[in-house]
Amino acid sequence: MGTLREQTVTTPAAPATPTTTPATGVPDAGELAEIARGLRRDILTMTTRAGSGHPSSSMSAIDIVTALYCAGILRHDPKQPQLPDRDRFILSKGHASPALYAILAQQGYFDRGLLDTLRQLGSPLEGHPNMRRLPGVEASTGSLGQGLSIGLGHALHARNGGGRPYRVYVMTGDGEMDEGQIWEAIMAGAFHRVDNLTLIVDHNQAQQSNLLERVLDYRPLAEKLRAFRWHVEEIDGHDMPAILAAFDRVRAVSGQPQAIVAHTVKGKGVSFVEADWTYHGRAVTKEDLPRALAELAG
Amino acid sequence: MVATSERYELKLGKATRDAFGEALREIGKTDERIVVVDGDVSNSTRTEWFGQDHPDRFFNLGIAESNMVGVAAGLAASGAVPVVASFACFLLCNAYDQLRMSVAFPHLNVKAVGSHAGISIGEDGPSQMAIEDVSLACSLPGFAVLVPADEVATRAAVKAMMAHDGPVYLRVGRPKAPVVYETEAECAFQVGQANQRRDGSDLTIVANGLMVAAALQAHDVLAERGISARVLDMASVKPLDEAALERAARETGAIVVAEEHLAHGGLGSVVAMGVARLHPCPVGFVNVGDTFAESGPGDELMEKYGLTSGDVVRAAEQVVARKRAG
Repeated sequence: MGTLREQTVTTPAAPATPTTTPATGVPDAGELAEIARGLRRDILTMTTRAGSGHPSSSMSAIDIVTALYCAGILRHDPKQPQLPDRDRFILSKGHASPALYAILAQQGYFDRGLLDTLRQLGSPLEGHPNMRRLPGVEASTGSLGQGLSIGLGHALHARNGGGRPYRVYVMTGDGEMDEGQIWEAIMAGAFHRVDNLTLIVDHNQAQQSNLLERVLDYRPLAEKLRAFRWHVEEIDGHDMPAILAAFDRVRAVSGQPQAIVAHTVKGKGVSFVEADWTYHGRAVTKEDLPRALAELAG
Repeated sequence: MVATSERYELKLGKATRDAFGEALREIGKTDERIVVVDGDVSNSTRTEWFGQDHPDRFFNLGIAESNMVGVAAGLAASGAVPVVASFACFLLCNAYDQLRMSVAFPHLNVKAVGSHAGISIGEDGPSQMAIEDVSLACSLPGFAVLVPADEVATRAAVKAMMAHDGPVYLRVGRPKAPVVYETEAECAFQVGQANQRRDGSDLTIVANGLMVAAALQAHDVLAERGISARVLDMASVKPLDEAALERAARETGAIVVAEEHLAHGGLGSVVAMGVARLHPCPVGFVNVGDTFAESGPGDELMEKYGLTSGDVVRAAEQVVARKRAG
């Protein structure tokens, strides 16, 4: 394809009257797992083609992201990404952008062909998400620790903008929980009793330079969040029925924000990536890609 | 030759933070998009007056500036027009990455207001004195940066800020500010527009904030010594009124920049860059230099750190001498 010139994907302006997407034909847990397997292939393919990126951080997150978008949990409309009353998903761990791009393409926010342009000059699929260039991206992230505060702002606006009905989901990494700003937002969310805000922690136990337990071991996380007066669900972040059940429970909570501590495996789905945490910030080589994809074959 | 016979009489008006709080309260009555985000200093920044009228649109997020700015970004992304206010040093220095990534990069319509700017806050000392805030704000792509001179200008600046589409940094101060404008009609405040307060032919004094009053005083002293000074209130540091600056450089051939800020990155840097590009001429600088200040009465600090009308006069005489020496 030709040179991408400062490409920005635009969609028509949203109407003033909000609607929600009817949840028709919602896939079951088995079908969701199947969709997630396809998205893992997309993640690997796009990062290997780009020659860089964070595939393993994306693969630990993708089952939860798939459930959120494909199981009717996130009320959104890819044809109208700016609907005032849409639910919001903010990927605070912006380096997992391939997971976000894969699901947004799968949902029809933009043409799947754009996945081939990841990280190229002119592509709206930048290394970290840029909300100004790609529909469906709710926040420009990449400097860790900022997404939960942004989500809190969205959530507070729903309450005070005349009682709007939307919910906000924010996903952070577990290494990202080192950031002080996150805990500022956690305190404020609980104090202001923001119950339309759900934090999902992708607790994959590994960060850039080493394993979490060797960098800054703050565990146990769930107890800390409970002590900060959040409702907490702790699940296996790759168990689709457990993910769906956790989303059902958090949506029933009132008067308090909720957290889902999702125990995950970095690089989940490809054995040799799972076994090597140094895949953070590193794409699978072209030579290794076929055997990675073979592990994810249908 | 003296261009004007008007003499500046120094009289104190309200502090610019008070004018900000009043103007915000006033605009808040009619503009329901406005929400205020506070870091537990609303009784200092004066956003508490808005909060009293609109408790449902006022969020005190505690002493947590990073989260405060992030929340403002989320509110703006959802369609509100948030005014996020704290002490200028805490807002800019503590939450700079949030201003950069959560606000400036996505170009969200957040109005960041820093109070207690400059060394004139006095006794509380250097930890509370923002003397680098203008430099930091100017380094946020897409931000407009406003430093009004007095009560009237601040009220006008708040209106201009709220009407402006995009992120803005507004700097206000704690002490009572000398009156520069008697009426709002005198101060046709616009983002990107300088206000000429005195005409003159030998040099131009470009100033903002409290230094505009010092420049007006200096104008009169210089007139007595036969030096005709133009005075530009450059409240809008970014975008800069390049047309007014070019005219000043071309018509007066010498410039002094006066600001209550560090030497680097503030109005002086911006003006020097503009003059270099538009019409090179000698430029002199009146500022805090490259140092922190200390505790003490504000007026004594202004004297010790070289921010009086006398300092402006000296800088003016030097720059005119350079110009005449060719």
